[in-house]
Amino acid sequence: MDFSDSPEEAAFRAKASDWLDANATRRDGSEKAQDHFMARDADEVARARDWQSRKADAGWAGLTWPRAFGGRDATPIEQVIWNQEEGRYAVPPNVFLIGIGLVGPTVMIHGTDDQKTTFLPRALTGEDIWCQLFSEPAAGSDLAGIRTRARREGDEWVISGQKVWTSGAHYSTHGILLARTDPQVPKHKGMTMFLVHMSDPAIETRPIRQISGSSSFNEVFIDDLRVPDSARLGGESEGWKVALTTLMNERFSISVGRASGGARAEELIDLATRVERNGRPAFEDGEVRARIADFIARQRGLEFTSYRVMTSLSRGDAPGEEGSIGKLLLGKLRQEMGAFGMELAGTAAGISAKSGDDVARWRNEYLTAPGNRIAGGSDEIQRTIIGERILGLPPEIRVDKDVAFSEL
Amino acid sequence: MNFGFSDEQDAIRDTLARMLSDHATLAVVHDCLETAEGFDSATWAALAGGGWLGLAIAEDYGGSAMGAVELAIVAEEIGRSLAAVPFAPVLGLATPAIQDLGTQSQKEKLLPGIAEGRLIVATALAEDGGSAPERVSAKVVQDRLSGRKSPVLFAADASFALVAALDEGGTVRLYLADLSDPSVSINPQDAIDRTRPAAEIVFHGAPVELLPGSDPAAIRTLLDSAAVLAAFEQIGLAERALSLTRDYACERQAFGRQIGSFQAVKHRLADMFAKIELARSNAFFGAWALASGDNRLAEAAAVARLSALDAVQFTTEESVQLHGGIGFTWAADPHLFLRRGWQLKAELGPADLWRERLLCDLANGPAAAN
Repeated sequence: MDFSDSPEEAAFRAKASDWLDANATRRDGSEKAQDHFMARDADEVARARDWQSRKADAGWAGLTWPRAFGGRDATPIEQVIWNQEEGRYAVPPNVFLIGIGLVGPTVMIHGTDDQKTTFLPRALTGEDIWCQLFSEPAAGSDLAGIRTRARREGDEWVISGQKVWTSGAHYSTHGILLARTDPQVPKHKGMTMFLVHMSDPAIETRPIRQISGSSSFNEVFIDDLRVPDSARLGGESEGWKVALTTLMNERFSISVGRASGGARAEELIDLATRVERNGRPAFEDGEVRARIADFIARQRGLEFTSYRVMTSLSRGDAPGEEGSIGKLLLGKLRQEMGAFGMELAGTAAGISAKSGDDVARWRNEYLTAPGNRIAGGSDEIQRTIIGERILGLPPEIRVDKDVAFSEL
Repeated sequence: MNFGFSDEQDAIRDTLARMLSDHATLAVVHDCLETAEGFDSATWAALAGGGWLGLAIAEDYGGSAMGAVELAIVAEEIGRSLAAVPFAPVLGLATPAIQDLGTQSQKEKLLPGIAEGRLIVATALAEDGGSAPERVSAKVVQDRLSGRKSPVLFAADASFALVAALDEGGTVRLYLADLSDPSVSINPQDAIDRTRPAAEIVFHGAPVELLPGSDPAAIRTLLDSAAVLAAFEQIGLAERALSLTRDYACERQAFGRQIGSFQAVKHRLADMFAKIELARSNAFFGAWALASGDNRLAEAAAVARLSALDAVQFTTEESVQLHGGIGFTWAADPHLFLRRGWQLKAELGPADLWRERLLCDLANGPAAAN
């Protein structure tokens, strides 16, 4: 058990930080808190593309990709080291996470040679930005319940339906789209995956405003989108298998990404020393101290859990269900910290005196945290995964498992 | 970075787990709960015979000088077995105190006996109403100790005690006391877990020897180290309680189904698992800090302790709950875990103490200055 960098890891870290020093500016603390994976406007997208292409030129893009596809064959731990180092610099958001983390590895496994040569290099350089067209209004946790239809017409597929909660769809160039191609078989068996161009006029993207007030995800309407059969990723009716590859890589990307970013529980210490509770500094209040100490213990545990996941990945184990633990605990922790920070900082009820003050800061944390508890498999789904796949408890009764989708 | 165990460490765990499952069954723990003495001397002897008690003792004193990570593995397996043995006081506190802070002659006198299982050195740190070193009123004047220490686990089985007391200058130091001295009286207490029997020890001017290395910083490190090991013991215990409950949820039928298929039950078990794994991650960091001498040991120990306490309390309480009526009976196993979970707080104190230690450590920065 060794928590420090091995000599190889230390060398990798030094190389990464040398390159970053020469090519980016260190954060100085004045930067606005922002989502690490979502751009706010076209200008930010352009800056993100520029940064990505410089990284790609220097060999810092797609670190964990095989060299054959332009990657660096890096270990998951090296990816974490890179994330830690890059996190010290004021760099644009990583809007390529879905393309490089999710779509790329799926194309490597299920794609044709043509698809690999067409899409992989452009994902790496940031030319293409990808979104994930999976969830639908009637299919969230139960993803296999999707209704978007793809009908075959000669050499083409005609796709119609609606997707939702699609992060970054409004600035993405491409989407990985799961559609139903055979409603006459049980739901898991009749789906096929496609790679589509978001610029096609048959696709309409409408941003959805979230409870935090900002818009990072969208509704996507697809109306008779025609794509050639070469846009199909994987076999016909094998969409679920392809989707599982994407979802497994999503878990991996989330595990790797989690080691950095987010509000630190220690920031609450700083806040508590500046505000009063019951007529004395809040940090002298027993309840305040207890809450903060418990937040710190939980946050440290999450951080070290992600290191444990990294260790098992670096030993060659597949991204496992352990990722569910971090996923399950993070959102709730952020939500509780946000609520506590708001109460501590505010006169009452989350009202802030001016934009960017302490209340506004923790209110934003509080209002974005529910996303962690819902996206990528809700808390409830994670508990079921832990219960069934880790603890081996009897599965849920699934009444729709063996029934043709059209009969549901 | 490598946040897992080596193959050799896994092998150590397997060997010990097999040995413990032969000796320290839950039936034996139930028996210990019924008897007046509590202590499972047969398992203790078997641990000594297997060389486990000397694991962290230097070879010169009859041990095998293994590292902190190996000791953590032993702590976890002891916790999992629920063996009624004084692991935490003897191996977590007394042994490192004597070995790291004692004199040559103190080491020669006590360490070989500990390794062979002949000597139990109890730890008398706490006093009524508080933990050491924050609240200590026992006092040593001219090598004579007076005061009351409570609770002291396994006091009746011990030959010596490691005592926290004030020196003549009012500083808390650690001393060794011979419990057979006539100036020492031991009054058994009614503990929640009678398999780790507790007592009050009253010292009326008992002769004691100072551990010369026991300055405040060294005591702090000793307690932090013990908290990391205790966290592993707590995790082993919680994991066994979860496993027991998981098995019951697969076996017990209600409304025509296994109760583990209901989300109310399944999700509770998932919450137990998540709390245990969070605690394990913090404990791993603690073990690493201990093994590498990292200056974040105080922080690591505090977060390991806090999350282990939380995991144990949640898991053991919900284990009773999910067993339903049977879980509320004396004959069933869940209360053994509930009781032991509480008893594991005795030497090192409850969560609020460690919250304060964590915040103080963060306020003062890592112990780099030492």
